[in-house]
Amino acid sequence: MNEGKKPQSIEEKQYLVRFNADTKSHLHVKNPEICLTDCPDKICTLFCPAEIYKWEDIRMHIGYEGCHECGSCRIGCPHENIDWVYPKGGHGILFRLG
Amino acid sequence: MSERFDCIIVGAGPAGISCAYELGKGGAKVLLLERGEYPGSKNVMGGVLYRQMMEDVIPDFYKEAPLERPIVEQRFMMMDKESAVTFGYKGMEWGKEPFNNFTVLRAKFDQWFASKAVEQGAVLVNETVVTECIVENGKVVGVRTDRPDGDVYADVVVLADGVNSLLAKSLGFHKEYRPDEVALATMEIIKLDKKIIEDRFNLEPDQGCTIELFGDATKGILGTGFLYTNKGSLSIGVGTLLSGLIKHKIRPHELLDYVKNHPMIRPYLQGGEQQEYLAHLIPEGGYKSMGKVVGNGVIVVGDAAQLVNAIHREGSNLAMTSGRFAAEAVLNAMEMEDFTESTLDQYRIKLMDSFVGQDMKKYKDSTHHFDKFPQYFGDYIPMMNQAASQMFTVDGKSKWEKQKKIWKDIGTPREKIKIARDMYRAWKVMK
Repeated sequence: MNEGKKPQSIEEKQYLVRFNADTKSHLHVKNPEICLTDCPDKICTLFCPAEIYKWEDIRMHIGYEGCHECGSCRIGCPHENIDWVYPKGGHGILFRLG
Repeated sequence: MSERFDCIIVGAGPAGISCAYELGKGGAKVLLLERGEYPGSKNVMGGVLYRQMMEDVIPDFYKEAPLERPIVEQRFMMMDKESAVTFGYKGMEWGKEPFNNFTVLRAKFDQWFASKAVEQGAVLVNETVVTECIVENGKVVGVRTDRPDGDVYADVVVLADGVNSLLAKSLGFHKEYRPDEVALATMEIIKLDKKIIEDRFNLEPDQGCTIELFGDATKGILGTGFLYTNKGSLSIGVGTLLSGLIKHKIRPHELLDYVKNHPMIRPYLQGGEQQEYLAHLIPEGGYKSMGKVVGNGVIVVGDAAQLVNAIHREGSNLAMTSGRFAAEAVLNAMEMEDFTESTLDQYRIKLMDSFVGQDMKKYKDSTHHFDKFPQYFGDYIPMMNQAASQMFTVDGKSKWEKQKKIWKDIGTPREKIKIARDMYRAWKVMK
């Protein structure tokens, strides 16, 4: 494990988790215009525990394949701009332990 | 799935499985729907399972269930940046029957628990998402799943679909939660040799210890960290209100790394190997955030009903108890052949009369209180550490002098009154 002072990257953490991603995303931005113009903080890119939200120039990219299905983005988006459903049965994250 | 059931339960967590087990035992025809590949594959918990409420469902379960360690010591660390005031209780009575609580790994435990419900006759169907409740004439009569021809009908539907209960919300039972009504917890399982765990935590073979972390563990944000011993691994995690993360712009996994690297925690984890990283929400709004829990043909249990006692890190036992009461209400309704809200309301009455409802009421203001006054975590815990440091540092100053300095450092008379008032307020919301 990470024994040094260096904070670990989220990619390294995500490698520890098993995912069985669907081919289609279960998460959608309802109105991309809102992210662009009304949301300077893009706070979802910070509080998502898997950092699946990435701001790319003018649009929000959602790496839904690594979603933990926790629901934080649905509740935390200040503009209620995320359409959040569960992935299709049997898909998505798969915890083996915790 | 054209069959008809007495009861459909959505979600195979502790609430749903308890309900399925009791209903199966009572002779009802039960369908237990789980969206994961297996029960537990979507479930996360810090890892403490309480013996009593589990035994209320399956007596002597600990002789058979996949448990990690019975907990004989519960420690609390009030942390500053490079120090901690620690207290706790260790009792060997907890190391033998009937035990107090155990650490568990949910993916293993839930699979076992669900298999026991299946033994009682419940039909478990995995990999199935319930997309909506089927409502006819103001009564829930079944569920729509994401399987082809996936409508299933029953007299009662029990919603045990967890903190993200889209179903209870869609029935209008509760509004969308606010970011200050949920805590986001992240955790890691760290593999570590069994013997090393026992040495580091000062444990007899196969006995366990839990440590709750306050203060700097969450950088002063309302929440707690935890470090629990499993058989051959440790669970290290941290949870704070989502609103706190948003306000302070902190990445949850970085907060977790901060705790892992804290000088009070790092030595425990040294040499361990990361096995899994998990994130989950905890419904921490308490009593005031509870929505409707009963309707015509429908009952809400567990996290979906906000049944979490955040102050005492209890959730799974509230879930199991609610699942059991729901089953009793359904069996009663079957006997009366009446599945209306007024008959099923027996569940709500039993729930609110039990420790579940009583504890929810007792702490109804606590989360909001500590959220509103961040000084408890941000100021008073560091203050406690500084006082301890001064008092225990031997440097030739008399203890009187030290006490005087500690008293002076607390602040002006005005600030002292404020602290006294805060202590009184804290006592009031917790009493």
